[in-house]
Amino acid sequence: MKNSVSVIALAAAAVMFVAAPAGAGTLEEVQKKGFVQCGVSQGVPGFSNPDEKGNWTGIDVDVCRAVAAAVLGDAGKVKFTPLSAKERFTALQSGEIDVLSRNTTWTLVRDTALGLNFAGVNYYDGQGFMVRKDLGIKSAMELAGASVCVNIGTTTELNMADFFRGNSMDYKPVVFEKADEVVAAYDSGRCDVYTTDQSALAAQRIKLKDPKAHVVLPEVISKEPLGPVVRHGDDQWLDIVKWSLYAMLEAEEYGVSSKNVDKVKSGSKNPIHKRLLGVEGDLGKNLGLGKEWAYNIVKQVGNYGESFDRNVGPSTAVGLPRGVNAQWKDGGLQYAMPVR
Amino acid sequence: MADMQQAYEPGTHPDLPPPRSTVGVVGWLRQNLFSSPFNWAMTFFSIYVVYIIVPPILSWTLIDADWVGKTRDDCSRVGACWVFIGVWFKQLMYGRYPDTELWRINLAYVILGVSLTALLVPRFPWKHWVGVFLLFVFPIIAFYLFVGDAFGLPLVETPLWGGLFLTLVIAIVGIVASLPIGIVLALGRRSSMPVVRAICVCFIELWRGVPLITVLFMSSVMFPLFMPEGVNFDKLVRALVGVMLFSSAYMAEVVRGGLQAIPKGQYEGAQALGLSYWKMMALIIMPQALKLVIPGIVNTFIGLFKDTTLVLIIGLFDFLGMAQLSATNQNWLGFAVEGYVFVAFGFWIFCFSMSRYSQHLEKKLHTGH
Repeated sequence: MKNSVSVIALAAAAVMFVAAPAGAGTLEEVQKKGFVQCGVSQGVPGFSNPDEKGNWTGIDVDVCRAVAAAVLGDAGKVKFTPLSAKERFTALQSGEIDVLSRNTTWTLVRDTALGLNFAGVNYYDGQGFMVRKDLGIKSAMELAGASVCVNIGTTTELNMADFFRGNSMDYKPVVFEKADEVVAAYDSGRCDVYTTDQSALAAQRIKLKDPKAHVVLPEVISKEPLGPVVRHGDDQWLDIVKWSLYAMLEAEEYGVSSKNVDKVKSGSKNPIHKRLLGVEGDLGKNLGLGKEWAYNIVKQVGNYGESFDRNVGPSTAVGLPRGVNAQWKDGGLQYAMPVR
Repeated sequence: MADMQQAYEPGTHPDLPPPRSTVGVVGWLRQNLFSSPFNWAMTFFSIYVVYIIVPPILSWTLIDADWVGKTRDDCSRVGACWVFIGVWFKQLMYGRYPDTELWRINLAYVILGVSLTALLVPRFPWKHWVGVFLLFVFPIIAFYLFVGDAFGLPLVETPLWGGLFLTLVIAIVGIVASLPIGIVLALGRRSSMPVVRAICVCFIELWRGVPLITVLFMSSVMFPLFMPEGVNFDKLVRALVGVMLFSSAYMAEVVRGGLQAIPKGQYEGAQALGLSYWKMMALIIMPQALKLVIPGIVNTFIGLFKDTTLVLIIGLFDFLGMAQLSATNQNWLGFAVEGYVFVAFGFWIFCFSMSRYSQHLEKKLHTGH
């Protein structure tokens, strides 16, 4: 999620060579070719990676499936392009892909200078801490005097320094070059605390000898909002991706899931349900889509909570707590704009 | 004095066995391992090092390893978990190529294997025809088999290609294309025509002067931006062209080394026979020059074969990339080491056989000068 400035500068320079950004019409193009081309990662546990059969899964993947369900009525009509961190923006700018859903942090430079638009946030990540359970520590504020394992020369290291200094606590950094070295050092007890982005923390935890003997502390000390990205200059397509994501959130907020969606559609008297599922009014028309766009998303992909639980939730190997990604009503940050 | 030694007439002394301490196992040990106090020390030190290193490796890879199962729970985590390789084997070999179409790759492997065997068996007749088939017909067959979209075969897009299959595609295309292009470039660089020479020198120095990773990066990140809207070359094709040009520049320099080793008399002799330039090159110079540089050529091939792993940075999943990708699956986190060991072993098999074959070729073509 950290990207070197030079790459951004290079990409920004490259954008200037492009006479015009890919113009409007992504929707027509997608409808014509019959599938959504989706840029994903080269394997981030729970976010996007293929299973033994070669099917892509993950919460980033589900965003693309939702868009396909909304536009084409079939969540299976997605083709995935695995992209490295460096080439992901070019692939989007050059029209190679329609949506980039590759745990990409929303920043000002990317949103403006790179000619991209972020369509929302599907996962609020941030830097966190992991400690051994038997230390009995419940909060990062109790970490005074601890030795902390961290990757050298990353923003992770700087964020940590800021956090400890800001709370006037002592700490002893134990730095390493590579993530695997950090994990190994922490596992062998060379430090009390291990810090990196929370989603990575959860994935790295599985590599430990006894994953259950460690806990991730609730504090998050940096902002890494991850979300789907589209090209600048195609507002209709931006709307579609944005509202596909919101539809998943809205469905969860109002209790519509892939299991009960048919019952809700035929039986519910709640006007919010009726609008969302296309029983009343025709919200899809405003997006250039059919009446059942949101119904298809919920039916085929599920709501945001289902996607979260299935891919990264507590019952999975990654085992992330819902935390700040809970609905706003439950004290989280996930807030869908009203679908009406 | 007379009983000290029996006198023999010259040439009649019976053959006595050599002293026992200089022959057999004991002799070999004394000579090679225990010939001086320093060698005594070195021998014991080496045995100690072997004792430290080998048993843990053996117990990890073989004795404590888990071989059967379907999930990570079948692995004790004491030794290697080869179950991981077993579960992901199809991905490691073919990438995400559709199951129902795998026979296409296997068929191409079989055709390639049979023709290569025919080429390598010394006594096989019609070698020329097999060579022509491999160079000109097989690529066309392989292209339609892999890509499809013709003769009733469904299209399989290149993002689905991966694993060892992709590694072989990139390496073989690079190897097969680099030799002819490299020969032409080497001849061009030694040509007396200034324009041809300048072009060849520029080409070689440009491609040899940049790292392969830059070439791949440019082909995947910058190139699409220079193309007009809607013109999009396949990512694999872009990478293949980059690898081809890159390796042919290296090959050109290897071939040029061979050309320079041919004495001037060979050129003059060929010209005195009235041979044209191309005939002279094809019949006299090249056969000698190429023979000289077989080690260099194979070295370049092996280097290229291993360099193909760099396609990882442009989002293509070759053999190594697939192993890394598999280890990021949330059900299989923490098994990266098994993947790396397996991939290393696979690469070693290919590179080692190339090296052995080149040694065999050198011996066969050795004419004693």
